Amino acid sequence: MRNVDLVIIGGGPAGMCAAVSAYNAGAKDILVIERDSDLGGILRQCIHNGFGLHRFKEELTGPEYAYKCETELKKFPIDVWCNTIVTDISKDKIVTAMSSERGVEKIQAKAIILAMGCRERPRGALNIPGTRPAGIFSAGTAQKYVNMMGYMPGKNVVILGSGDIGLIMARRMTLEGAKVHAVCEVMPYSGGLARNIEQCLNDFDIPLYLSHTVTDIHGSDRIEAVTVSQVDEKMQPIKGTEMYIECDTLLLSVGLIPENELSKSAGLTLDSITRGCRVDQNRQTEIEGVFACGNVLHVHDLADFVSEEGEVAGESAAKYILGKANTEKCNINVSTDGKVRYSVPQKITDTTVDIKLYYRVSGVFDNVMVVAEADGEIIAKQKKAKVVPGEMQYIVIKKDTLKKDTKELKIRIDKA
Amino acid sequence: MYDAVVIGAGVVGGLIARKLTSCSQKVCIADKASDIAMGATKANSAIVHAGFDAKAGSLKAKLNKLGSDMMEKVCSELGVKYIRNGSLVLGYNDEDKKSLEAILENGKLNGIEGLKLIDAKELHDLEPNVSDDAIWALHAPTGAIVCPYELCEAAIGNAMDNGAQLELGFEVCEITNDESGYTIVAKDGRKLQAKIVINAAGAYSDEMAKLVGDNSFDVHPRKGEYILLDKEYGFVTKHTLFTVPTKMGKGILVSPTVDGNLILGPTAVDFDEKENKQTTREGINSVITESRRMVKNAPSNMAITSFCGLRSVGSTGDFIINSPQKGFINVAGIESPGLSASPAIAEYIAEMLKNDGFTLKPKADFNPVREATHKFSSLSDEEKNEIIKNDPSFGKIICRCENVTEGEILRAIRTNPKATTLDGVKRRTRAQMGRCQGGFCSPYITELLAKELGITMEEVTKSGKGSFILAGKTKGDLKDA
Repeated sequence: MRNVDLVIIGGGPAGMCAAVSAYNAGAKDILVIERDSDLGGILRQCIHNGFGLHRFKEELTGPEYAYKCETELKKFPIDVWCNTIVTDISKDKIVTAMSSERGVEKIQAKAIILAMGCRERPRGALNIPGTRPAGIFSAGTAQKYVNMMGYMPGKNVVILGSGDIGLIMARRMTLEGAKVHAVCEVMPYSGGLARNIEQCLNDFDIPLYLSHTVTDIHGSDRIEAVTVSQVDEKMQPIKGTEMYIECDTLLLSVGLIPENELSKSAGLTLDSITRGCRVDQNRQTEIEGVFACGNVLHVHDLADFVSEEGEVAGESAAKYILGKANTEKCNINVSTDGKVRYSVPQKITDTTVDIKLYYRVSGVFDNVMVVAEADGEIIAKQKKAKVVPGEMQYIVIKKDTLKKDTKELKIRIDKA
Repeated sequence: MYDAVVIGAGVVGGLIARKLTSCSQKVCIADKASDIAMGATKANSAIVHAGFDAKAGSLKAKLNKLGSDMMEKVCSELGVKYIRNGSLVLGYNDEDKKSLEAILENGKLNGIEGLKLIDAKELHDLEPNVSDDAIWALHAPTGAIVCPYELCEAAIGNAMDNGAQLELGFEVCEITNDESGYTIVAKDGRKLQAKIVINAAGAYSDEMAKLVGDNSFDVHPRKGEYILLDKEYGFVTKHTLFTVPTKMGKGILVSPTVDGNLILGPTAVDFDEKENKQTTREGINSVITESRRMVKNAPSNMAITSFCGLRSVGSTGDFIINSPQKGFINVAGIESPGLSASPAIAEYIAEMLKNDGFTLKPKADFNPVREATHKFSSLSDEEKNEIIKNDPSFGKIICRCENVTEGEILRAIRTNPKATTLDGVKRRTRAQMGRCQGGFCSPYITELLAKELGITMEEVTKSGKGSFILAGKTKGDLKDA
């Protein structure tokens, strides 16, 4: 069996940035395993701009952003195996990988970073009634056909879900000559970034129907039309609001799910809200020496934040391998009030460092005060004019504001 | 001239074709669809019923029992997954208990072994996730599960490997006969000639019978909607769970599948249209409500797909297996327990033909064994490495949810019965059948199909005629413009 200090599963922005940061922090024996033919992950098919504003202070396309990360990685002697899939991770950090080139191989790792990304929710997960014709794609699949393979999935398009990929694809399909008839969102607000609503829908006069969903699918061979209905507060379709929209394509952008099948095989339990592992501020999971970062941990809006999280995990993994990890640990549970839907990390084990606590809210809230309260005492707050579910936020918990014996850190939303 | 033409490439037609091939018959299987297993075979409960509920003395009862007894051996020969998981019919009150006792008596008359009425404690010891409201159950240890399209594919593949032919897109519009035999004409003009015609045309079997002047029965479709849950919830029940049957069928069931998912359904709604496979909000909701009455911990938001199947319900209430004229055999109205009975139906047809004076003698070189097509992911690392060394395409996973390799997909496209569509690949390999439903792998499979079949990407379909995946190329580079 091969021995490797650090195995990183996934060569997207999280995995690549984790590798570089681990190397710089002293881990020298690193292997990145990527299932696709090249590094870059989903960024390879995101040919639109808007990446890198935070990290590189310039506006890049997805492939450009990936290329920058890859260029950085290639400066160092970090092993990369592409076209290789990890089929299992055991509790004792044995990674089973398979490829045409090497066959099946087991690798004993000292530390593992999980960076497998996420997948799109399919039609079936929504139980949309109707026929099952060709022409129904998840937005990312359509993006792959258009941007990577040069094919159009269709010419008359309806999009269900206003997640960022759906919005981006509304614009992309339009630019390629298709007519996008409607974007429907079951929630009363969009799940995507405000800038994407502006630049991808409004700029192209594509109508966005909030509180609407697809209630029937028509056509036997190829999709011919959808029925779109308004929904009430309980998400139930309202009779009499049906619109029949002819189309040859239905794109679904109805949510992303972290791909944690491997994490489960290692025995890790998942947070029921993020559907990723539960981690501490080092992005270490419940298993010592196993870290997680990027969309496999929680779905991010920006690649920049994915990279940043990769760096945290990479540095922590290196410290763990070198025996430099802080062993004087505390155990502070981070809880949220429901308006704040979740936070990452979910647990804090070190009070001597600044901690950037990411969170996402469950609805649209105006003029709020986001409050961090440690066992009843307010230790940080931030005023926000508006918070929306589609945009992840963070609040900084300064070092030494938490005490070692703090039990709980609660993040909540108050009226400003 | 064929000895026999089987109309209908479902699991019943497939197993009959295999049986006749093994009896030295030159067989052709014809189906109007673009692939095998496109009717009731592709969407049903996937259960091998123990055989306790078919009315004693009926053909259904007789062939269910025989088929259930044969199924394990047939699956083992054909390399098809089969699990004898046992079944439980749940009762919620004293009235249900009486019904269960009646079913038990009926089951005994049918010769079903091991049937037992169990109480709440025994039931919940067996299945802790069964609803606390269920206080009685009939336990049938011989109930089993199998994948119907996997069995159909294997049966037809095995028949073809032994010499049978397959004609797809063959929509029969005329059947004539003279001294030399039958001539079967398709809408597109293709003709098949045979001494024997087996009408296993499912929902269309009444129309086939009418083509030879037999108006003695009708078949109408009964719609059944299903929900399939993520493999994460395959654990919810080990046994197949039923409720007390009604005259519309066996009711909603909750069962594990041989591939580890949990299946909920079916509804039962009688219909006139033979192609109506729409799922409905009412149907899906009723499956969710009914299954929640039966088990705890089966969250419907963990669905990976919902679908609709059509059972072919015959007008006589029993299987309709007869010969209206010499050499023409109806195998119609094969609703539940049709899958369970299918291997026995094949034997029964062979007997009928012998009794009608046809010569059926075992073919000396018939090979009943077909290599399992689904086993790669369950092999040991050493075994996998041996295969990958010879064929590196087995080292490349295309469908990451179900761990299906490029090698397995290429084999499905290259071996009998050859897959020519995305759905064809799906049913043969399980690629696109997992939790992402083809989100990641379908573009790769489209490419593989185009390359292997020598067609363009735009010509690849989901399931034959008109079901194109792609509408053309993008605008392309400026230099191409």
